[in-house]
Amino acid sequence: MKIAVSAQGKDLDANVDPRFGRAPYFIIIDPDTMEYEAVDNKQSLNMPQGAGVQAAMTVINQNAEVLLTGNCGPKAFRAFKAANVDVITGVKGTVKEAVEKFKRGEYKIASAPSVRSHWS
Amino acid sequence: MERQITELVVISGKGGTGKTSIVGAFAAIADNKILVDADVDAADLHLLLNPEVIERHDFTSGHEAVINEEKCTRCGECISLCKFDAIDEDTYQVNSLHCEGCGVCVHFCPEKAIDFPEKLCGEWFVSNTRYGQMVHAQLGIAEENSGKLVSLVRQKGRELAEEKGIDLILTDGPPGVGCPVIAAVGNASAVLVIAEPTVSGRHDLERVLELSEFFNVPAMVCVNKFDLNRRIAIEIEKFCESKNVFFVDHIPFNPEFIYAVANGQSIVERDDEDLIQLLRIMWEKITNKLEEFDKQAAEAA
Amino acid sequence: MIITIASGKGGTGKTTLSTNLATFLGKEAQLLDCDVEEPNAHLFLDIKWDEKQTVTAVIPEVDEEKCSHCGECGEICQFKAIAPLESTVLVFPELCHSCRGCFLVCPEDAIKEGSRELGVLETGHFNSTEFTHGRLRIGEAMAPPLIKKVKERIKPDKIAILDAPPGTSCPVVNTMMDSDYIVLVTEPTPFGLHDLKLAVGVTKKLGIPCGIVINRHGIGDNKVEQWAENQEIPVLLKIPFDRKVAEIYAEGKLLVEELPEWSGMMKDLITKIRKTVDR
Repeated sequence: MKIAVSAQGKDLDANVDPRFGRAPYFIIIDPDTMEYEAVDNKQSLNMPQGAGVQAAMTVINQNAEVLLTGNCGPKAFRAFKAANVDVITGVKGTVKEAVEKFKRGEYKIASAPSVRSHWS
Repeated sequence: MERQITELVVISGKGGTGKTSIVGAFAAIADNKILVDADVDAADLHLLLNPEVIERHDFTSGHEAVINEEKCTRCGECISLCKFDAIDEDTYQVNSLHCEGCGVCVHFCPEKAIDFPEKLCGEWFVSNTRYGQMVHAQLGIAEENSGKLVSLVRQKGRELAEEKGIDLILTDGPPGVGCPVIAAVGNASAVLVIAEPTVSGRHDLERVLELSEFFNVPAMVCVNKFDLNRRIAIEIEKFCESKNVFFVDHIPFNPEFIYAVANGQSIVERDDEDLIQLLRIMWEKITNKLEEFDKQAAEAA
Repeated sequence: MIITIASGKGGTGKTTLSTNLATFLGKEAQLLDCDVEEPNAHLFLDIKWDEKQTVTAVIPEVDEEKCSHCGECGEICQFKAIAPLESTVLVFPELCHSCRGCFLVCPEDAIKEGSRELGVLETGHFNSTEFTHGRLRIGEAMAPPLIKKVKERIKPDKIAILDAPPGTSCPVVNTMMDSDYIVLVTEPTPFGLHDLKLAVGVTKKLGIPCGIVINRHGIGDNKVEQWAENQEIPVLLKIPFDRKVAEIYAEGKLLVEELPEWSGMMKDLITKIRKTVDR
C-alpha cells in the first residue's frame, strides 16, 4: 500500500504542507516499510489555475491509496473520490509523525472538501 | 499548538470608496503586522507607504503561443482552430492580448512551428515601510491572471509573517467580485468591506457579502462618506444587521483623505484629531471582532 | 463609432460620465455596461427591460462508452478542466476556457458539447437610448466571454458607449478592443495619476487614441494636467468638485437632468472626441 503526504520538503522530517495543490512536494510512502520517494509538484506550482486538479492527477498516477494533507479543495477532492483515493485533511506536524499517526488509526477519512476556494 | 495567523482582507465592491486610505490608516495604528497589497491591478498602497524594495521577483503565469516565422508555411490551420481570434491572418503573428494560452495551435501545427514559452505577467516585491514589511506586486500592463498574482502575494505575506513570528496580516484587496477578489477572499480570516452610501455602493455591497458568504469568510462593514447620503448609509447599516454582519462604523466625508494621499501620508499622520480618534476606535472594534471570529473558527474545528 | 469610458482606478466617475453622456446623446447613442462583475449603470437609469438571455460557454461532456481512456484530453488541456482517470473522465466546468482542444484531440470522438452558465445578458432602453449589460454569475471567474457577448450587441449606426470595468486587467482590455476612442476618467490625486498612467499604457498597447476627463477637479493637485501635457494627451473635460454632484450621484440621479451646465459639458466632450475619430 502507498500513501501520499503533501510536504514542504523532500524527506520524512519535512513539515506537512497545509496546502494540497500548491505544496512543493508529495512524499509517496509505504507505511509498512517506511520506504519513500519525493515527487516534485513543480508542474502545479506555475499553473494559472487548476493546480489542485494537476496535483491530484500527480498523486493518483503514483497509485497512492490515501492522501494526508492540510486542506483539500472541492475539485481535487472530486478527483480523489473518482479514483478511490481516501483523503485525510487537517494533518499537521512532520511527514513522519503524520504517517505514524495514520498507522495508529488516529485519522478520520474526510467526507467532504475542507475548503471551498481553489485559490489558497 | 500551532500559532494562528489572522488575515484581514479589506475590500470594497466598487472602487473609490477610500479603501486604500483606510488600510493605510490601520497600517499606522496596528502593531506588528505584515502588509499585503493584493489590489494588483491598481496597486496604490505604495503611494502612501513609500516602500523601499528589498526583493524583486518576476511573476510568470501560464504560457503564450509564439509563431516561428522561419518554420511557418502559412497553411492557416492555427487560424482556423483558434477560438480567440489571436492570430493575424496577414502577418501570422500571435496577438498576445488575445491569446489565452490554450496551446491548441501549438499542438496541431503541422510544421511544429509554434513555440509555447512561459508568459511573464508582472513583478512582485517585498519592501520595508515605516509601518512594517509589505508584499506588493505590479501586474504588467494589460496582463491577465491577476487572481494567481493575488494568491501569490497573499501566500508570500503569510510566509513572511510565519518567518518573522507576526500574527496579523493586513491586506488591501482588489475591487469588484471577480477573479482577483475571489482569490483575495478565499481562506482569509475575515473581510472588511468599505462601502459607500450610494445606490451603486449598496448594490455592490450586497454582491460582495454574497461572495464572502459563498466562501465562508466572516464579513464586517463600514460606510465611508456616510453624510453624502445618510438615508442610504442607515439602510446599509440595517441591511448588515439583518444579515448578521458586524457593522463597524460610519466615517464622515472628509477632504483629509485626499490631502493625505496628495502628501504621501496616512491619515493618522495628519492632524484631524476627530478622524484619527474615530479610526482608532474602529480598529479596536475590528480587532475585538477578529478575536471573536478566531475563537468561533477554533470551536468549529 | 465606439467609445469606451474607462479608468485605471475605480470610483473616479466612469459610470457617471457614461450614463450622462448616453442620456445627453439620446437616440443617437447606445449604452453598453461592460463591467459584468459589478454592473451599475442601470441603477442610474429608468430602464424598460426588453429581453433577458442566459449566456453559456461551451465545455466538454464525455461519452464514457466511447472513451478509451487514452488521456490525450488531459494532456492538451492547459487549464486542467478535464482529468482523465483510469475508470472515468472528470470535467471541471469552471476551469474550462472553451478552447475546444479536447474536442479536437480526442481520437474516439467521445467528447460532446456541454455548457456552463456564465451569467445573463439583459437588454432594454431608457428614453430613446438602447441599453445592454451583462451580469456575471456569482462565483464565476471568467468575465471576458460575457463581455464579448455584450459587445456583440453593438450597432454600427449608433454611437456605442461602453462603460468599462475599472483597472487594467483582462476584462478591461477586452472591453477596450475595437474601440475608436477611449476616454479615461481620473481624479487629480497621486492615486488617480498612478492608475491613469497604467490605463494610458493599455490604450497605447492597443493603439487606440485616448483623452482624459479629470473629475473632482480642484480637490487635489495639478500633476495630472502636467503629465497629460507632457505626454500630449488631451484633457477633454475638467469636472469641478462639487458636493452637490456627489449627492446627486449618491441618490442615483442623472446630472444632465439636474444640473443644466452638464448638457454643455457633454456636448463639448462629444465634439472633441468626434474631431479625433473623424480625422
